[in-house]
Amino acid sequence: MAQVLESQRGPVTGTAVAKKKRRPFLLDLYSTAVGKKYVMAITGIALIGFVVFHMIGNLKMYFGQSDLDHYAEFLKELLYPIAPKGVVLWLLRGGLLAMVVLHIHAAYSLTQLNRKARPVKYQSERDYQVASFASRSMRYTGVTVLLFVIWHLLDLTFGVVNTVGADGEFIRANVYDNVVRSFERWPVALFYILANIMLGIHLFHGVWSLFQSMGWNRPRFNEWRRSIAAGVATIVVVGNVSFPVAVLAGIVGG
Amino acid sequence: MSNHLKDIILKIWRQNGPKDSGHFETYKVDEISDEASFLEMLDYLNEQLITDGKEAIVFDHDCREGICGTCSLMINGQAHGPERSTATCQLHMRKFSSGAEIVIEPWRAAAFPIIKDLMVDRSAFDRIIESGGFITSVTGGAPDANLIPIPKPVADSAMDSAACIGCGACVAACPNGAANLFTSAKIAHLNLLPQGQAERYKRAESMIEKMDEYFGSCTNHGECEAACPKEISIDVIALANADYRKAKLKNRKFISRI
Repeated sequence: MAQVLESQRGPVTGTAVAKKKRRPFLLDLYSTAVGKKYVMAITGIALIGFVVFHMIGNLKMYFGQSDLDHYAEFLKELLYPIAPKGVVLWLLRGGLLAMVVLHIHAAYSLTQLNRKARPVKYQSERDYQVASFASRSMRYTGVTVLLFVIWHLLDLTFGVVNTVGADGEFIRANVYDNVVRSFERWPVALFYILANIMLGIHLFHGVWSLFQSMGWNRPRFNEWRRSIAAGVATIVVVGNVSFPVAVLAGIVGG
Repeated sequence: MSNHLKDIILKIWRQNGPKDSGHFETYKVDEISDEASFLEMLDYLNEQLITDGKEAIVFDHDCREGICGTCSLMINGQAHGPERSTATCQLHMRKFSSGAEIVIEPWRAAAFPIIKDLMVDRSAFDRIIESGGFITSVTGGAPDANLIPIPKPVADSAMDSAACIGCGACVAACPNGAANLFTSAKIAHLNLLPQGQAERYKRAESMIEKMDEYFGSCTNHGECEAACPKEISIDVIALANADYRKAKLKNRKFISRI
């Protein structure tokens, strides 16, 4: 009976819904704004994980040249001999790139959606009550971090914008030397510091925001969410900013 | 004892219809009691305009006691004006001082087209409510009171969400023009209660997908919560997000076919 009704008059309300052709689960989820926010949050968690471990790894430079260079070599040997050398690292890099692409695509399409949702702006000045500088500048801090990451790769991975070492060429494995030569140029160090402060601002809103987007709202730990965000942002910024400062102050490489 | 405010300058958005481009016009109210509500002040101004043979300013209002959700207005860049947790109708002139310049604009969102002056069409909210469908309930003889046990804290939370009057301040205040607070409050209000469980996930899915057709996306600024005349917390947005995820993962139709 119900089937006959459905075919004759189509859907009316909640339960009598027409069978719409469903896309595969992930595409279905990604097609809505809330789904895209889930993608933002999940890729964000992955990227936060990377940023934190990247910072912790770089702390090796305080133990000296051989520690840092060995750590870089060790990354290629992750899970060796289970997997051949470099395979796990490349898998991680591939995953990371996918996360970056998804994070940016979701952010871009949500921004477009939001622009469309208010085509005519308020003609008088808005008086924001609680929206923070961090939350309102996510797009700008995000783009700055992206540009910085591109520079960072050209500088310390490909050596295109690094200076050449004593032997006349850029050797990627000499991580310690490359870092020191890069940060000895004060404009580079300054750019690095500013970009990391931008990253911190991005994280300050992003880490808090991901709890909401993921639907992680438990009254008992809600008050911790701001502190966690501030903590993650502070740890990353303090750690990362310390490297160029240490090089300029002669603590590292002096 | 009431005092009087003098020389209130009003910059009010005038727009002849949905297609008109609109502009600000400046008006002056020479004297008004500080006990007057904001809408009474506009009534007073309209009387002046009518006496002068001009066209009165169109604005939405109905119950004027903060429960119907009809009044709107962006007052000095804040939805429902500077008084927290009140709708425009409950804002009083004592909140302002003599010589104040007050800028009044309509809600601005693609889903809320301006009908005239300060009046907007909020029927996009009705589309969302419709998409939520009904709750299954036993009809017939009146059931006994308290037949369904509901823990007090749950009833309280559901009531907090149900306090939403659908005024649209959340959309107006949101930098992204998102309606997540409205939609989530409506979802939470039924999804928290035992009576709403049968259609819980279907409801979350349909309402959120309907919302997508009209509004922007939530970036967790929290402006909606600050503007809400009923102080509905953005906690409901997290709850609706979680229910939406669960709705996508569950497939009750398959379960029924096993």
